[in-house]
Amino acid sequence: MSQLLILAAEGEMENPLIPPIPELVIGLLAFVIVFGFLAKKLLPNINKVLDERREAIEGGIEKAEAAQTEAQSVLEQYKAQLAEARHEAARLRQEAQEQGAALIAEMRAEGQRQREEIIAAGHAQIEADRKAAASALRQDVGKLATDLAGKLVGESLDDYARQSRTIDRFLDELEEKAEAAR
Amino acid sequence: MSADPTQVLAFETDCHIFDGCGFPAPGLHSFLFEPLWGDGDSNLYFNKTMLLALLGSVIVIGFFWAAFRKPKVVPGKLQMVAEAGYDFIRRGVVYETIGKKEGEKYVPLIVSMFFFIWMMNLWSIVPVAQFPVTSIIAYPAGLAAIVYVLWVALTFKRHGFVGAFKNFTGYNKELGPVLPLAMLIEFFSNLLVRPFTHAVRLFANMFAGHTLLLLFTIASWYLLNGIGIAYAGVSFIMVIVMTAFELFIQALQAYVFVLLTCTFIQGALAEHH
Repeated sequence: MSQLLILAAEGEMENPLIPPIPELVIGLLAFVIVFGFLAKKLLPNINKVLDERREAIEGGIEKAEAAQTEAQSVLEQYKAQLAEARHEAARLRQEAQEQGAALIAEMRAEGQRQREEIIAAGHAQIEADRKAAASALRQDVGKLATDLAGKLVGESLDDYARQSRTIDRFLDELEEKAEAAR
Repeated sequence: MSADPTQVLAFETDCHIFDGCGFPAPGLHSFLFEPLWGDGDSNLYFNKTMLLALLGSVIVIGFFWAAFRKPKVVPGKLQMVAEAGYDFIRRGVVYETIGKKEGEKYVPLIVSMFFFIWMMNLWSIVPVAQFPVTSIIAYPAGLAAIVYVLWVALTFKRHGFVGAFKNFTGYNKELGPVLPLAMLIEFFSNLLVRPFTHAVRLFANMFAGHTLLLLFTIASWYLLNGIGIAYAGVSFIMVIVMTAFELFIQALQAYVFVLLTCTFIQGALAEHH
């Protein structure tokens, strides 16, 4: 070493390719310290966390997949329910329509029946009134005609007329003529 | 190692061009330091390089300690940066060369080696320190020795004595009469030259880089006189450019060193052909 120093002092440097022992030792020591810390403590630390992270990500993906599957099944269920509900609603509407139509038909039939009854009753009433009026009229006309004839003849023809029923016959003829003319 | 006592730092002088002062060129003396403690003649001393080496270790450990001491599943900024570096070496270097299954075991070694070397290189451009620890051959040599021992041990362990011999010598029957010569060359290349080049590649890059930086820095100062000021400006620009370039080379050489390490390990683990 002292020889080298002399050489150095003379301006000639030692070979830079020959490693000085103390620096070799310190260099190895420095590296071994770094290696020790990293290999024993720090890298296992980070490896554990990297594994955890990977698991967390994979777990997250699995969870997301599960959630998606569930959502899918729920959606299908919901769709099925919705379809059923629609079907049910359609059925109910159909039924209601049918019922409504039946009711309307029934009501209409009832109304028709009542109307016809009322009309029939009206007709009967009118017929009865007409008949009553006709008979009353006939009696009055007969009486008037008899009275008039009696005045003309000068005596009462009531009994005769009643016996012979001439007036009635005359009126019947008139009616027949009227019928025929109609 | 002690420096030439007659040599002083260029900046401590008023040595400028046109002052009758010669250019204080950087040289081997730029890589020698007076011991901070102890006697340079004995093997018991402590100098700037050692201080930087130990300090660098502390910084590397401190960085990873801060990032990975209590790592979180959802990482913070620091942890994210450290994870990116860790992942780059693990996937980009170890898994790529050795494979995931066999390489997992060597990840801590390669990761610590990369960041250790990178830090040692980075000292080159850290103000005040401004000296790459790896430009002293002892540091790359120590690391290369670790790799060498690991590589040889793995080869013997994996292939047995005869297998290891075949592995070292690239034994291949098809070579015929050239076989002995090829084996000799391969043996020499693998067992003797390889660890040497492995260490020297890193050392020489850092050595040259530091010398270049020194050259331009000293020139910037030296030329600072008269018309020389214009040249000093150019030289100073070169300092900045070279600093940026060194920043790149530092990371690259650390990467190359660990990549070669992985290739050697892979070679030891692979079946010989």
